[in-house]
Amino acid sequence: MEVDREDGRSQNQLRPLACSRSILHRAHGSASWSQGDTKVLAAVYGPRAGTKKNENPEKACIEVIWKPKTGQIGKLEKEYEMILKRTLQSICILTVNPNTTTSVMIQVVNDDGALLPSAINAACMALVDAGIPMRHLAVAICCCVARSGLVILDPTKLEEQKMKAFAYLVFPNLVHSVLPEGSPSVQGEPIENGIITSVTHGTMSVDDYFYCLERGRAASTKLSDFLRRNLQQQPTNSSKAG
Amino acid sequence: MGLPNASGDLSTEVEVDAFRRLFPLRFFEKHLLESIRPDARPLGRARDTTIALGAVASANGSALAKIGSTTMLAAIKMEVMAPSMETPDEGCIAIDFHMPPICSPIVRPGRPAEAAPVVAKQLSDTILSSGMINLKELSLVSGKAAWMAYLDIYCLDADGALFDAALLAAVAAFSHLEIPVVSLNDDGKIVLSEEQGLSEREPVNKEKRKVNLGSIPFSLTCILHKNYILTDPTAEEESIMETSVTVVLDSSSQLVSLYKPGGAVLAYTSAIQDCIALTRQRVKELQKILEEAISGMEVD
Repeated sequence: MEVDREDGRSQNQLRPLACSRSILHRAHGSASWSQGDTKVLAAVYGPRAGTKKNENPEKACIEVIWKPKTGQIGKLEKEYEMILKRTLQSICILTVNPNTTTSVMIQVVNDDGALLPSAINAACMALVDAGIPMRHLAVAICCCVARSGLVILDPTKLEEQKMKAFAYLVFPNLVHSVLPEGSPSVQGEPIENGIITSVTHGTMSVDDYFYCLERGRAASTKLSDFLRRNLQQQPTNSSKAG
Repeated sequence: MGLPNASGDLSTEVEVDAFRRLFPLRFFEKHLLESIRPDARPLGRARDTTIALGAVASANGSALAKIGSTTMLAAIKMEVMAPSMETPDEGCIAIDFHMPPICSPIVRPGRPAEAAPVVAKQLSDTILSSGMINLKELSLVSGKAAWMAYLDIYCLDADGALFDAALLAAVAAFSHLEIPVVSLNDDGKIVLSEEQGLSEREPVNKEKRKVNLGSIPFSLTCILHKNYILTDPTAEEESIMETSVTVVLDSSSQLVSLYKPGGAVLAYTSAIQDCIALTRQRVKELQKILEEAISGMEVD
């Protein structure tokens, strides 16, 4: 069963990806990520001394500030900040620089669907650019479930609004997947199959969700390849760190 | 150090409390090895849940929901407003979630809780996308007047699983909601009819009616820690083991939301399937509790 998408893509086809790092000179790390027309700019400042009042001083702390393209900061921005903060906290090694705060600023340049996944990808690249120690990278993707039960990847904003439900999924991106020996497995599943973050919107059946997970995993390998190639091409300017 | 026992003397009790504060993770892991939690619950059991309908007499619909110590008060007030141009046949629901300083020591008047806007947004997404309320039912006169339902949820005691309790309170308040009687007056405006029999004007809706609820969403929050899945965490458990998964299923077993906001533990397919199975059981429990509360009200 084929779904006609407006831009002529197939079911599993992602939009053209573009990423550039070190675009802001004052920030310790920065990256711009675009998927089709959705473009997000991320900047990282840190680590800076001191943590906020409610945070644990024995670990490094990550602070996220999300700036929408237009309008005031509301509940949506606060929710995205919280999700991004918890996702980034799980990929960074927090015990290396205790009692420090790393600030991640996200500026939405254009929103054409799959905004949160683009922001997570941009933030990850910016953290690499800043030299923040990380356990592994994170790869984020958006899957949409159509009324017929078909799952399409990387929807535009119109597609997100028309579809029955969509899910933002974030998978880990490990170095083991590139090594010839293969990856270590947990409970019979390779580590890349675990999800770091999942945010769904709309009602779908449980089977639809598991189907989204499968499709998302398959697409995350393509995204991981793109990330790694991009990181290898542009070496980070280490004199900016700290 | 063994498990805490009630008959221990004072020095043992002081040591256990100190251990709990100084090494919270080890304290919990000692319990998890025996498949139990410090409040003697098995890993898969949720806390005692109660619902009291009609807690706020002046509101059109209200409910007080308690899951363990977490207490949420939900109240719905209805107002007549003009519907928007794009949807002339639909009413509107505005959902707000408040965490006043009474609920937790970390919330102070100058320092609002970080969780409040997040839970508010999650609640409004869940309630609007679950299809529980058909907005067309809230319409009065097409294009001219429709109901606006203001749902306010106040957290009175924040002891973990805030979203679960808030959703339960919201759903209970909607099931208690009675739409008031209104009639059209001479200026063409809608007014509330005070006494039904004495009104000379034709009422727009004949009697106070209940809203028809579609498939009702119920949720369960679980914490993932190594290989354990702990359901319905308390605030202490949530602060120590940070990875939580919230699954919202509706009464027809459709997945309304699967929310896992980051966290150090990765969720594999088996863990997700276990969480969904635990949520299915919990949905049955909550449906029973809600039905008992509703039938209790009708007897009065």
